[in-house]
Amino acid sequence: MSEEIIKNIMVGEHEDYLINMGPQHPSTHGVLRLEVSLNGEDVKKVTPHIGYIHRSIEKMCEKDTYKQIIHLTDRMDYLSAHMNNEAVSLLVENALQIEVPERVKYIRAILDELSRIASHHLWWSAFGMDLGALTTFFYGLRDREKILAIFEESFGSRLLHSFITPGGLMHDVHSNFRKDTLEFIKYFRKKLPEYKSLLTDNIIFHQRTKGVGKMDKKTSVAYGVTGPSGRGSGFSCDVRKIAPYGVYDQIEFNEILKNDGDVFSRYLVRMEEMEESMNILEQLIDKMPDGNEYTAKMKAIVKLPEGEYYQRVETARGELGVYVVSTGAKHPYRVRFRTPNFSNLFVLNNLAKGGKIADLVAISGSLDLVIPDIDR
Amino acid sequence: MDNKTDLVEVLSKLIPLGKVTMGNQYPEIIVDPDKLHKTALALKDLKTTPFDFLIDVTAVDFVTHFLLVFHLESTNTHEVIVLKTQLEDHDSPFVDSVSDLWPTAEFQEREIFDLFGIRFNNHPDLRRLFMEDDYGYPLRKDFKDEINIIEYPN
Repeated sequence: MSEEIIKNIMVGEHEDYLINMGPQHPSTHGVLRLEVSLNGEDVKKVTPHIGYIHRSIEKMCEKDTYKQIIHLTDRMDYLSAHMNNEAVSLLVENALQIEVPERVKYIRAILDELSRIASHHLWWSAFGMDLGALTTFFYGLRDREKILAIFEESFGSRLLHSFITPGGLMHDVHSNFRKDTLEFIKYFRKKLPEYKSLLTDNIIFHQRTKGVGKMDKKTSVAYGVTGPSGRGSGFSCDVRKIAPYGVYDQIEFNEILKNDGDVFSRYLVRMEEMEESMNILEQLIDKMPDGNEYTAKMKAIVKLPEGEYYQRVETARGELGVYVVSTGAKHPYRVRFRTPNFSNLFVLNNLAKGGKIADLVAISGSLDLVIPDIDR
Repeated sequence: MDNKTDLVEVLSKLIPLGKVTMGNQYPEIIVDPDKLHKTALALKDLKTTPFDFLIDVTAVDFVTHFLLVFHLESTNTHEVIVLKTQLEDHDSPFVDSVSDLWPTAEFQEREIFDLFGIRFNNHPDLRRLFMEDDYGYPLRKDFKDEINIIEYPN
C-alpha cells in the first residue's frame, strides 16, 4: 500500500463521511435514497437519488386514450388521487369547451377537500411518528378512516379511485354522501383541538421544529417549492386562489400563509389548512345542487383539437401541472406532469445543510414527500 | 383577456429577441436557441412582472426537431407566459442551461437530459436522473424498448 493511500485512510477529517439514508428507511415514506455527507453529526450535503419506482407514466400516456390516462394519474400522488384525476379532466374539458353540470363541479370540490384533509391526516400521523411521538399515528389514522369510509361507500375503493373523468364523474355518489360528509365535519371539528393539545402545544415538539430547516421566500420561489411547504415561507402559490378552477371562485376561503419558513410554520400551515378545508366543505355542501346529474354528454372517443394545453391544479402537496400536446388523434402526442413533490424534494439540500443529522428527518417530514409522485 | 393582450404588447416591446404571440391559453415567446439564456434573463428581470417562478420545463420530440417549453409565472401578478425554443439538431441537441437563473431548472433539465438526451451547456451537474447511464433516451419517438413485456396495438 502506497504511503499516500495510507495517509488518506488515516486522515479522516478531510474526507466526507457518507451515509445512505434509504432506499428503505421509515422516514422517507417510500423508496428514496438520500446520500448524506457528514462531519460528525453536522450535515454537509444531501444528495437525493431517485428513480427506484420510475414507471414511465408519461411514456405510457402516449399510447393511451384520454379516459385511460385517468387511471395512471391516480398512481402518481396516491394521496391526492382525486386532484390528479381532476387535472386531466379539466384539461380535456377546457380543450373541448365542455361545460360540466354545476352539481359535478361541487362534488369534485368536495372530494378535493376531503382528500386534502385525509392526506394531511396521514402526514400529521407520520410526521409525529418520525419525531418519536407514536400516539399521533393512532389519532390521525382513526380520523382518516372516517373519510376513507365515505370514499369506499361511493366508489368502492379507498385509495386509487379513478372517479373523476373527462366530462364528469364515473357514476353518481352514494345517497348518503352529503349526510356522511356533514357528519364527518361535525366529528372532526371536535377532534382537531385534540391534535393541538397532543402535538402542536408540546414543548418537546417545539424544540425539535422551531428554527429548524429555515427556507426564505426567495429560495422557495427559486426552487419552485409550492403547496403548504411553499406557503410556510410566505410564497403565495395556492392555485385555487391565483388561477381558480371548478367552483373555487365562488367559495370564500383564505390562503394560509406563514412567514417563518421553518419546520414549525410548515406544520402550522397544514394544521390550519385542515380547518380551512372544513370551512370550504361546509359552504360546498350548502350550495351543492340536488339532483342526479353526474356527467356531461361526451363522445365515446375523445379527440382533442390540434394544439398545446396546460392545466394547473392544487393538490394536497402543491401545484400539479399537466401539459398535453395533441395532434388531433385519440392518443395525446406528449403528456407531461409537473408534479409538486419533484420540485419540493430538491430544496432539501438547502434546508438540511449545516444542521444536524437528526433534523434531516424533521425537515424531510415537513416537506411531506410522496415518492411515486417524484418518480412518476 | 384584455390583460393578456396588454401583456403581449408589453413583452414584444421589452423582449426584442423573440416573437411574441397569444397562444390559446397564455402569451408565447418563441426564440432561437442561442438567444434563450438572454431572453430568460430579460424576462426574469422585468420590472413590473418579473417572471421569477419557473413552473415547468419540458421537451417535446417532433421527430425532425425538439421543442423546449418553459412555463413561467410572475409571483407579483400571477401571470403565466410560455417560452419556447426549437432545437433543429435531432441527433445531438444542446442548448444553454437556465439553471443559474432558476435553481429548480437544474433538476428539470437533468430529467430532460435523462429522457430526451438534450445536453445543457454550463449545467452544474448533468447526470442521468432515473435511468442507467447506458440506457437509451426513452421519451424520444424512435426509442425501442427491447425488453418490453407488453406490446401496445397501434
